Amino acid sequence: MAAPFTTEQQKQFDEEMEKHLARFPEGGKGAAILPGLHIVQDLIGWIPPEGMVQVAEKCQATPERVREVASFYVMYFTEPKGKHVIDVCTNISCSLRGAETLIRHMEEKLGVSMGEITDDKLITLREFECLGACGNAPVLQVDSRFHMNMTLKKADQLIEDLRKQAGKKS
Amino acid sequence: MSQFSPVLTKSWFKPASHTYAGYKANGGYEALPMALKMQPAEIIDAVKASNLRGRGGAGFPTGMKWSFVPKDSPKPKYLCVNADESEPGTFKDRLILEQDPHSLMEGIAIASYAIGVHTAYIYIRGEYLEQAEILEKAIAECYEAGIFGKSVLDSGWQLDVYVHRGAGAYICGEETALLESLEGKKGWPRLKPPFPAVVGLFGSPTVVNNVETINTVPTIIKMGAANYAALGTPKSGGTRLVCVSGHVNKPGVYEIPMTLSFNDLIHKEEWCGGIPGGRKVKAVIPGGSSAPVLHHSELDVAAEYEALKAIDNMAGSGAVVVMDDSTCMVRALWRVSKFYAEESCGQCTPCREGTVWMERIIKKIEEGQGEHKDLDLLKSVVNAIAPYPPIGLGTTICALGDAAALPVHSFVDKFREEFEQHINEKRCPFPHPFGVLADEGVRS
Ligand SMILES: Cc1cc2nc3c(=O)[nH]c(=O)nc-3n(C[C@H](O)[C@H](O)[C@H](O)COP(=O)(O)O)c2cc1C
Ligand code: SF4
Ligand code: FES
Repeated sequence: MAAPFTTEQQKQFDEEMEKHLARFPEGGKGAAILPGLHIVQDLIGWIPPEGMVQVAEKCQATPERVREVASFYVMYFTEPKGKHVIDVCTNISCSLRGAETLIRHMEEKLGVSMGEITDDKLITLREFECLGACGNAPVLQVDSRFHMNMTLKKADQLIEDLRKQAGKKS
Repeated sequence: MSQFSPVLTKSWFKPASHTYAGYKANGGYEALPMALKMQPAEIIDAVKASNLRGRGGAGFPTGMKWSFVPKDSPKPKYLCVNADESEPGTFKDRLILEQDPHSLMEGIAIASYAIGVHTAYIYIRGEYLEQAEILEKAIAECYEAGIFGKSVLDSGWQLDVYVHRGAGAYICGEETALLESLEGKKGWPRLKPPFPAVVGLFGSPTVVNNVETINTVPTIIKMGAANYAALGTPKSGGTRLVCVSGHVNKPGVYEIPMTLSFNDLIHKEEWCGGIPGGRKVKAVIPGGSSAPVLHHSELDVAAEYEALKAIDNMAGSGAVVVMDDSTCMVRALWRVSKFYAEESCGQCTPCREGTVWMERIIKKIEEGQGEHKDLDLLKSVVNAIAPYPPIGLGTTICALGDAAALPVHSFVDKFREEFEQHINEKRCPFPHPFGVLADEGVRS
């Protein structure tokens, strides 16, 4: 199987894993599977099968178990995702404050439906469950960072900023 | 009521309240040395005497939970702080993590010493990335200050504390699913008994407590159990946090006296200050989306465990969701039910199948395709998961089944005419879209 990481990434992965593995008792090293999957995803943007194999080896677990875990949790991407992930809450408190309109607006603006990636691979847009910021509804997260009290104007600005940022770097 | 003064939140929003120095400047870390001078059993007795009840949803007496941990177990014991906070409407624990993380750290140190724990894990939902970073900083400060490490404040008590991030699954807030997840598995709840206090993390005795519960412990030690208990009612000591969202002028987290009614909480100027546009309340979810909905005629009840239990309701996670009189109850219920259909872990047939069925039926009614027999079908589906009243008749492995059934029972029973109106008129008779954004103004 091809190596999922560059040499530099491999070093980072190994170091981070050591830190997490040390937190658990002998016989309980499987506990580092969730942190391990986070690390892989942070390093390369998603979790390819080869990444799961690496996590499995470190945690004394089978790749099958790691795959099962990776597919159970919605924050793990087992397929490539956009460079950024926007999760828009549509649970009760956010819907009461206009999340349904916000979602429709963002779908139009990005030209995708919920769950899809934009053509330029910049953004994955997802409908999400309660994010724990209901007092500042409606709420969304970009790469797990909060944007609260959303309006249509703020959503436009946010998308513009992400596009500008990407344009500058390329 | 006489002047109410908060005891848990008084340092919130002060400059640097989230740092070690800021916490100390506001009187923090005074309880830990006091606790270390007590015997562990004395601390547990104090927490019992404080009448502190778990703030995670079930309201279980905290001191009693701690006393279930076997004293003579040869195995290591663990403390797991439940920072999964995913119950729709709930955001109080996030505010604690942001504003007062060191109070949580001090609580962890005291609880660990009392229970006999040398390793504590804070299981935080993966979406709380910024909050996990705050915790990592706070923990590093604690090692630096000798609060954690080889010898807690030179007492000889060793304590290590770690942050562990989840990865997006509501069910992992259920305590046994949390333990499975922490062990590196998918979050499938365990059959109880055995309870975690006896067989928990890695097969060892484990206490799982909510963030707010542990965060309250230093206050109890510092002000004295009796004084803390006296702030509350005979069975629910102290004050509690509620998180108010939806149609109120001032949403947010409030520390409230146990005797405060929902009416006062929603309307009084010192609390949420009424409803935008001067509208009237139609319904209130009193304790997270898993709690039965309250009809506007029921809002004189106190936002507290026993008072709510007496009317077959629950204080739950403290999430109060207010819906004004323009709100479609069918669509509100659909939003809630969709959540449970997505979050059921699938282990128990009634929950796995039932949650999907109810979501479909409610959606059908909301879209104007419903028939009168659908309401009976809906009731029979939820009765197969958990009949109601009272709360707690569910037969599934965990309480998510009950949580999914209770909103359906209560919305349909208390607002049946709205469901019937949808069916009769073959459409949703309420304003669309469902909610209004701030830049669209207020619905008149
Ligand atoms: C489906 C489900 C989800 C739950 N989610 C949470 C949660 O996010 N946070 C929490 O503290 N408790 C949650 N609980 C309650 C926990 O199982 C447990 O009772 C609680 O963490 C114990 O802490 P406490 O005694 O301090 O309340 C949940 C329960 C169920 C059934
Ligand atoms: S009640 Fe539902 S969520 Fe709980 S264990 Fe059963 S299937 Fe899973
Ligand atoms: S309902 Fe949207 S953050 Fe809670």
